[in-house]
Amino acid sequence: MANGLHDSQVSNPVLRWIDQRLPVVTMIQKEYGVFPTPRNFNYFWNFGALAMITLMIMIASGIFLAMNYTPHTSMAFDSVERIMRDVNYGWLIRYAHMNGASMFFIVIYIHIFRGLYYGSYKAPRELLWMLGVTIFLLMMATAFMGYVLPWGQMSFWGATVITNLFSAIPLIGPEVVTWLWGGFSVDNPTLNRFFSLHYLMPFMIVGVVFLHVAALHITGSNNPLGIEPKGPQDTLPFHPYYTIKDSVGIVVYFAVFAALVFFAPNYLGHPDNYIPANPLVTPAHIVPEWYFLPFYAILRAVPDKLGGVVLMGGSIMILFVLPWLDTSKVRSMRFRPFTRVLFLLWTVNFFVLMWVGAKPAEQPYVLISQISTMFYFAYFLVVLPLMGRIERPLPLPESISRAVLGMKASLGGGPIPGTATAKPMEKA
Amino acid sequence: MADRVASHGTSGGAAAPDVTKRDFLMLTTAAFTAVGVGAVAWPFIASLAPSRDVLALSSTDVDISPIAVGQAVTVMWRGKPVFVRHRTAEEIVNARTTPLGELKDPATDESRVQRAPWLVVVGICTHLGCVPLGQKPTDPKGDYNGWFCPCHGSHYDNSARIRKGPAPTNLVVPEYTFVTDQSIRIG
Repeated sequence: MANGLHDSQVSNPVLRWIDQRLPVVTMIQKEYGVFPTPRNFNYFWNFGALAMITLMIMIASGIFLAMNYTPHTSMAFDSVERIMRDVNYGWLIRYAHMNGASMFFIVIYIHIFRGLYYGSYKAPRELLWMLGVTIFLLMMATAFMGYVLPWGQMSFWGATVITNLFSAIPLIGPEVVTWLWGGFSVDNPTLNRFFSLHYLMPFMIVGVVFLHVAALHITGSNNPLGIEPKGPQDTLPFHPYYTIKDSVGIVVYFAVFAALVFFAPNYLGHPDNYIPANPLVTPAHIVPEWYFLPFYAILRAVPDKLGGVVLMGGSIMILFVLPWLDTSKVRSMRFRPFTRVLFLLWTVNFFVLMWVGAKPAEQPYVLISQISTMFYFAYFLVVLPLMGRIERPLPLPESISRAVLGMKASLGGGPIPGTATAKPMEKA
Repeated sequence: MADRVASHGTSGGAAAPDVTKRDFLMLTTAAFTAVGVGAVAWPFIASLAPSRDVLALSSTDVDISPIAVGQAVTVMWRGKPVFVRHRTAEEIVNARTTPLGELKDPATDESRVQRAPWLVVVGICTHLGCVPLGQKPTDPKGDYNGWFCPCHGSHYDNSARIRKGPAPTNLVVPEYTFVTDQSIRIG
């Protein structure tokens, strides 16, 4: 437009005035309204949206908890108990935040599973994948620090164990740990800085999520067949088809969340965290929260201290280079029958690692954790590079619409009415 | 969005062509969403209201046996100062013989006390919230020998009623009871 305004097509005059100066309405309509989305999504594709909702719930509940929490070693535990007993609906906000963290990791693990199974990490979505791994790392840091805040026995001893890991760094390790602690053990300075960082990091996550979604909207979504949409007959506008489908997913998600919060709020937690932190008494079995167990198992599997730390870090860092480790030209495991079996075994192995991470560091659990750790890495370092070259994939379908609608309908004929095809995209 | 589907002839009822099943569904969905949003928002908003431990501190017991005639004490109640004055006979007479026409906020002394010697008022000036002077024997008590607020010059009398100055109303009398002759419970 001549006078420096965006050429807005919005009909409502108030919204158009805003949109001409900051095209948020146009953007929403483009990115979440007409956005061409593959028509063959299954429910695995709901989990990104569920993750976003979980993040919002965690931020809201966290902000309100912070209004009543005191980050000082002498008062932290009691302030949490005050929230549970005296603050109106404090118990609800606390349990929502506590179980929301578990829900966040459930959702994200399923979201990652989808990415691994359907090859969503492959070109051109490599950066999208790496941004996702970054979000995962930020989530883990946030969750770790958050768990320290109630200052229970597990809070204190989990913090001690994990911060002590950094002493494995050659030469400077012990000094790094002193610097992290702000003292000579996990104590008040540690708790205070963890509170500040725990409040900060979710907003860093919001920023990286924004980049993650932006990257997605450049390449477009993957789909269960792993083949790119060839035209408007392969896609549907995001609204109303996937807004409705996401709504269904959200209802199921809330049902699960509510079952946890209202009927089993402490099931996923550790009873020892209801004992105030005591630096002189170490609990018999120090266990992190369930979502860290697989990585904890890898850490303990290696007899060498530095080796354990390196391998534990490596188990997540290896995800960054996955797009280049997997040599297959085929995205979706649906068409890679042999690799699929190995991938499903890897998934089972992930649960084995989770199970063994909670066990005491004795035989036979040590041997099991070592075999499981080796298989975890072997999948990425041996199986995927190799299978891409030696496996003969199944033939890919010609197009999404052909696979979904069948030969006749995808050519425009057949009994399916015209409204089943997507609205044509106005812009390329 | 896909075309609106007009109601079929077989749907029964006298559905006018411009009110459809879709309209009904949209309306009920919107209504349930509104209820849902309210249900989610309510605990957060309610959590800001005074919590149970704050409410538990909402009553204060005061032992009045050590307060001599002519003496006054200040106690904390709900985070605010409360003046408890053991009035002399002269102060009581002064309070009771004031013509109501002279008062900016007319109220009889009898309506402001339960037992004549004991005046219990919240010690916050009704103008802009300062704590008036007059509890200590050395404090200025204003032109009416009650309390004087130094911030903007409000004068209160022996019944803590506003007589002169910018304050609009008398000092507030909180809810209180004589638990025994020696003890008052405020709030």
